[in-house]
Amino acid sequence: MTKLEDILRRTAPPSDPEAVRALSLHATQAAVAAGAVPITFALTPSPLGELLVAGSRHGIVRIAYTRFTPADDVLTLLAERISPAIVETPSGLDQARRELDEYFAGDRTTFDLPLDLALVRGPFGRRVLEQTSRIAFGDAASYAQIAARAGSPRAVRAAGNALGANPIPIVIPCHRVLRTGGGLGGYTGGLDAKRRLLALEGHDEL
Amino acid sequence: MPLPPFQRTLEEHRDDLYRFLVAVAGRDDADDCFQETVISALSAYPRLDDAADIRAWLLTIAHRKAIDAHRARGRRAVPIAEAPDTPAAEPADPRGGPDPQLWALVRRLPAKQRGAVALRFVADLDHAAIGTALGCSPDAARRSLHEGLTTLRKEWTP
Repeated sequence: MTKLEDILRRTAPPSDPEAVRALSLHATQAAVAAGAVPITFALTPSPLGELLVAGSRHGIVRIAYTRFTPADDVLTLLAERISPAIVETPSGLDQARRELDEYFAGDRTTFDLPLDLALVRGPFGRRVLEQTSRIAFGDAASYAQIAARAGSPRAVRAAGNALGANPIPIVIPCHRVLRTGGGLGGYTGGLDAKRRLLALEGHDEL
Repeated sequence: MPLPPFQRTLEEHRDDLYRFLVAVAGRDDADDCFQETVISALSAYPRLDDAADIRAWLLTIAHRKAIDAHRARGRRAVPIAEAPDTPAAEPADPRGGPDPQLWALVRRLPAKQRGAVALRFVADLDHAAIGTALGCSPDAARRSLHEGLTTLRKEWTP
């Protein structure tokens, strides 16, 4: 009676993980190519460690230093806030990755990428990041200046929080915002990363 | 609980989906069925009830794709004067499992019985989960499984 059941269980087809991985990739990339995927992401190396770059239909929605924010945490937040239909696209998002490479190589001072600010919370946070985007390569501003430019000169701490929550660091250059007097302040990718980005842009001894 | 990112869901369940599809659709159709399952699941994923059993949901989609492939294969098949008594033995292949003849018999069962047998012995689902995946009650799932096993006992010679 149980013999057939045992044999069925024992002879059930095994998987073929490499083939299944390739089939999965083929299927998901077909869906990406058809424009049927709301969020795609890619992991890419950089001189500051691995970056996760995620894009929506509107533009780049997230860049994360995975050493500080694990990829699973980044993806879980994207799933909750935008869509769970998230797919890895190892060879996609190439414009963003190319521009980042050029920036780190010293061959690019501005980014030419469409951005999606869907993860930015609140109108003040949005204004802070918009003002931060206007700080040119090689320049810097203080948290107080950014708060004032965003329309709330006394909201220095709130401006700092908005910068700390910047979902698209490097491209929205929150590393160019310093303490009044020149102290580094904080950074989503660690202070060493902030120091190295500023050095890349011609600041020294920070 | 919110849905995990689809990429993680796929990585967690893709081997089970593939094994299930090899069992019910056969090696030749499993690759296409698998890719169609992934694409359908991805597009329906945001609308999935977050309390649902994701694995059973994925297997439901795979089961439907396998039925479609089975029908398409039936339409493509060239009619022959007399059906052979036993399915032709498949060439030995590690992906086909060590008893290709038994699983070829499974694939000749009616769709619901075929699905129930594979969900039980490949995906290791209980009757309730088989029912969820096949869109029927646990009792109906138990009956389909029983009928499938009864037929296999009659037809299979070890």
